Amino acid sequence: MNPRTFPLLATIAIFLVAYAVCSAQYPTILSTRVAGNLLTDNAYLGITAVGMTLVILSGGIDLSVGSVIAFSGVFISVLLRDTGLHPLVVFALLLVVTTAFGAAMGGLIDWLAMPPFIVTLAGMFLARGVAYMLTIDSVPITHDFYGFLQDAYYVMPGKGRLTFIGVLMLLSVLGGMILAHRTRFGASVFALGGGAATARLMGVRVRRTTVLIYAFSGFMSGLAGIVFSIYTGSGYPLAAVGTELTAIAAVVIGGTLLAGGAGYMFGTLIGVLTMGLIQTYIVFDGTLSSWWTKIVIGILLLAFILLQKGLVQLSNRRQGAA
Amino acid sequence: MIRSLRRVTPQLVTLMVLAALVSWFFPTFLQIEMSDGRLVGPVIDILKRGAPVAILAVGMTLVVATGGIDLSVGTVMAITGAVAASALVSGWGVPMALLLACGAGVIAGLWNGCLVAVLGIQPIVATLILMTAGRGIAQLITEGRILTFTDTGFSWLGSGSLLGIPVPTLLWLLTAVLVAALMRRTALGLLIEAVGINQRASALAGVNARGLIVVVYMASGLCAALAGIIATADIRGADANNAGLWLELDAILAVVIGGNSLLGGRFSIAAAVLGAMIIQTINTGILLAGFPSEYNLVIKAVLVLAILMIQSPHLANEWALIRMQAARRRAAREQEG
Repeated sequence: MNPRTFPLLATIAIFLVAYAVCSAQYPTILSTRVAGNLLTDNAYLGITAVGMTLVILSGGIDLSVGSVIAFSGVFISVLLRDTGLHPLVVFALLLVVTTAFGAAMGGLIDWLAMPPFIVTLAGMFLARGVAYMLTIDSVPITHDFYGFLQDAYYVMPGKGRLTFIGVLMLLSVLGGMILAHRTRFGASVFALGGGAATARLMGVRVRRTTVLIYAFSGFMSGLAGIVFSIYTGSGYPLAAVGTELTAIAAVVIGGTLLAGGAGYMFGTLIGVLTMGLIQTYIVFDGTLSSWWTKIVIGILLLAFILLQKGLVQLSNRRQGAA
Repeated sequence: MIRSLRRVTPQLVTLMVLAALVSWFFPTFLQIEMSDGRLVGPVIDILKRGAPVAILAVGMTLVVATGGIDLSVGTVMAITGAVAASALVSGWGVPMALLLACGAGVIAGLWNGCLVAVLGIQPIVATLILMTAGRGIAQLITEGRILTFTDTGFSWLGSGSLLGIPVPTLLWLLTAVLVAALMRRTALGLLIEAVGINQRASALAGVNARGLIVVVYMASGLCAALAGIIATADIRGADANNAGLWLELDAILAVVIGGNSLLGGRFSIAAAVLGAMIIQTINTGILLAGFPSEYNLVIKAVLVLAILMIQSPHLANEWALIRMQAARRRAAREQEG
């Protein structure tokens, strides 16, 4: 068996065990209502994490996603308030803007040969700054189309609601899985994560791939911003602060190697759901404070990083022996 | 002396340009007055408000010089603030509170340093763990409340003044001078630069690279503790949620504005501290000049991009190429003429 699947299997096992423990204590956690809410509440995080997974697979990092989500919400709500455009037109405009923004960051990373960390940090300041310049207030969205999107759900057996945004998240993960594991572009991303010099020697077009990776992440954060605006029904420049770190944590818990070059898109979904489950459990329990979420996520992060570290050393040793 | 002045020239020029710009909009910017035995004025305010970021930048410079990064400093500020406040509330006195807070900072740094140096985890990830979990720990200490205290001895550290100068200003100046002296009057700075340029090579040359890396993270933790003490003393309370929030990014920015490469190697503490003052001048200047504070982040972003362009190895090569070609053309023209 390929040792690279161990982190993914470990993630799935931990999620299943955690779900079993939770449901043993609170049987209602197994209901489709809770499952449906788990998907809905974490939809924007899941979509962001899909983009982040691709970036991390390539050995990079994108700190701008949280700010882009906030910018998206403000952009949508201000445009809907001040112009007569249909939301779908606004969505299309927004996705063009955020994708171009991501592509520009990718271009800068390649052109300046600077660490992605600091370039996307500038992007983080810029996106939130522009959001502030559009408005400093929380702007409600009252368009009828939004009401339609918010009420679009399928009632599962057991009265659980499978909402539009929940399904959109699952579809994004599916799309991300195909893109990362079944296309030439995905192979280039993995190659780049293994090492830029090797990738170049293999014939990967590094500049084009880097630009596309960050453009994809920008697109996904824009989509996450749309979902977040549907979820909250408003745009607020201070929204989604720190989402970039939660998304990175979800990707790591999902078994993707932070150094790049190894990981699975599906693991990210499990990582997001695991973090959502912790929150749900704390809500069910009622006596635990919400800060335990942060501590447990920190411990999980540490555990997975150590697991990955051990696996890398194990495979190195095996290679050395062979 | 002249050489070190030349090193910080870009930062000094930036500061002067900023001061001139702000004075344009707010003519009394550079005015300093004596009031109730202490100096007051916008410049003094900048020197005081910039204290936490300046102190964080001192520790961050050392970490960055080894090629690492410490994302947890803002959270460590929250933890140490919570420790100090809860010690004061329990009536253990100021010296004990200071000792416990500094101890907590050093332990946090030891944790980060061990993850990076002993387990070999990437610095961004290793410090991300404490950044995520740390605020939870801080809230555990304060039990989710904002712990307030009335000890005037402790709050003197945040809002008092000595010889007319605010205490936080003196503290960051003292920290910067002490650490810079320790680095430059001994071989320590040189060894840290060696580790940052090539860890394997320096280890082979006999430098205790692992030990040094652990020590710089501990120094960063201690600086974060000091910054946390000042922030807590200033508001006379520990706020686990908001103390030091996003200051790690400002600290990293200060280090980068100071011309220190994020890839490790040569560093200048004076330049990083000046970088912190540049950030604070922008923050205060935007408010004084009457611009809406919303512009703050956009201006910061543009500043970072400009600095990245100046630092970029690619562009430096291209620039050198253009200059060489120009020189060659000039030489050819002179030969013709």
